[in-house]
Amino acid sequence: MSDIAFDSRIASPAGIPASPAPGYWTSVGQRVVRDKVTMAVTLVLFAILFITIGAPLVTHYDPYHGSVLARLKPIGTAGHWLGTDETGRDLWTRLCYGGRLSLLAAILPVTISLIVGGFLGIFAGYAGGIAGTLIMRTMDVFYAFPSILLAIAICGLLGNGLSNSIIALAVVFIPPMVRVSETVTTQARNLDFVEAARASGTTTLQIIRYHVLANVLGPIMVYATSLISVSIILSAGLSFLGLGVTPPQAEWGLMLNSLRQAIYVQPYVAALPGLMIFLTSMCFNLMSDGFRSAMDVRLNK
Amino acid sequence: MLTFALRRLLQAVPILLGVSLVVFGLVHIVPGNPIDMLLPPEASPEVIAQMKATFGFDKPLYMQYLLWLLRALQGDFGLSVFNATPVWGQLLAALQNTFILAVLAAVLGFSLGIVFGMVSALYHGRWPDKVFSAIATVGVSLPHYWCAIVLVMLCAVLHDWLPAQGMGDDQLPLYERLQYLVLPVVTLSLIPMGVIGRLVRATVLDILGQDFVGALSAKGLTRWPVIRHIAKNAAPPVLALMGLQFGYLLGGSILVETVFNWPGSGNLLNLAIFRRDIPVLQATILVLATFFVLLNLLVDIAQAAIDPRIRR
Repeated sequence: MSDIAFDSRIASPAGIPASPAPGYWTSVGQRVVRDKVTMAVTLVLFAILFITIGAPLVTHYDPYHGSVLARLKPIGTAGHWLGTDETGRDLWTRLCYGGRLSLLAAILPVTISLIVGGFLGIFAGYAGGIAGTLIMRTMDVFYAFPSILLAIAICGLLGNGLSNSIIALAVVFIPPMVRVSETVTTQARNLDFVEAARASGTTTLQIIRYHVLANVLGPIMVYATSLISVSIILSAGLSFLGLGVTPPQAEWGLMLNSLRQAIYVQPYVAALPGLMIFLTSMCFNLMSDGFRSAMDVRLNK
Repeated sequence: MLTFALRRLLQAVPILLGVSLVVFGLVHIVPGNPIDMLLPPEASPEVIAQMKATFGFDKPLYMQYLLWLLRALQGDFGLSVFNATPVWGQLLAALQNTFILAVLAAVLGFSLGIVFGMVSALYHGRWPDKVFSAIATVGVSLPHYWCAIVLVMLCAVLHDWLPAQGMGDDQLPLYERLQYLVLPVVTLSLIPMGVIGRLVRATVLDILGQDFVGALSAKGLTRWPVIRHIAKNAAPPVLALMGLQFGYLLGGSILVETVFNWPGSGNLLNLAIFRRDIPVLQATILVLATFFVLLNLLVDIAQAAIDPRIRR
């Protein structure tokens, strides 16, 4: 049961034959497909994914080599349709390749916090007791820091670099992830059919696997999607401060910082990396909104 | 009410202690001694020992923590290892500058957010709702450091409307000094506007669906008194989020302060990181996090004051 639930949430329900009374996840999938905004932002995200992963297919320039003669060309220059950066590298190429690190540095921390935080939260929510309280009170301490402050402090102390930025953001995202999973698990644990399953002698592992996870994974995944949107802004922000990815690597936040000095020469070119951060972040935000409202039974009567 | 406030205050103590432990511990996640990073590798052992004694790094870790905490409670954060001036003085000046930005941005962002959220809930599904929802979505996904750059581009580079960065000279007339505030405040207000606007919309929509609103209208109450009832019911969650957002404005303005070269606490933290100035770094994070905890405490108490149901 949980397997079907898991698949239909990610993929479109095209593979699942329509039945007279569709299951919960099938109808969620149908609502997502009917939602034009969600489908549009999903397409945009796929496009961004394509130009970053398939960067060599959409550009033939080298992201690390530029011509000093072609520094800071405006948008629309022949051969460089988005212009060039401060060392004469083609900006479109840098944006395509830069997305790789930007997306990696944003998605990996969320994935780590999803696994660690989700596990801790489900455990704390289901087991409760002293262990649960201990986990939740420890998370409260980390909640006392504004997220960006904690990320900057950890990253600043560990030193710059992609892996440190990923560690810093993962630490920042674990507490909210634990809290969200703990809340939904506590709700699911007290549902009548879970009580019934427990009364009829189902083992704890089976209850967690079939009943709790099926009810809990959806909300947690939606929350993770919305965290990616925050993560993109924060990880690029760390690089922007000089704490994340190091030059000459291409990354949107770092590019925005190094082009900042060029704002008086080529203002529009200098703003482009930030536009990519904004666009990606907004798409993840809207996608998460779309999934959330598709999954809200009360809204979709 | 008083017992509730006292209980909440007591609950904040272990959190603050935990915060101080994390702040202190953060410095020690990096291998090596803070002093080793400051002195040149050829420094003689005597100099190293002397430096360690001066800054208190020669004692065992738990003693360092206790001493640091005791001094911090008295407002003594020691000397900056970069320029040997008292940390507290630097921090206070920086905090004042950040406060100015945060308060103004909060006032602007919260009021716009409330108005937007209210209007879009009351005009649910019609064009004001769609326009404001779009603005709010943009507001929450905007990388504010980029927004700062775009605003500088628009108002200082392409046109000559406002100064691009800095705080302005003390000698300048007030009107000109205020101009330096406009861009940072507008930038910082966008996220709170979006976040608060969305929550107000969702909360008010939820309340509009409840029976008592229909009953009030049926009783013959006109539009504004009904809105007052709605506002009172929507206040607790919105207030809680405002507290959080104000905390983020105080502690999270580091990126915007960097773009605008604003001499606030974020700028101080940034400098401390690059100078590896551990005392300044610890003090800044500790003070900002303490503000954050106290702010949440205040919000909890304010919520309970508005809504007696919360005082359990």
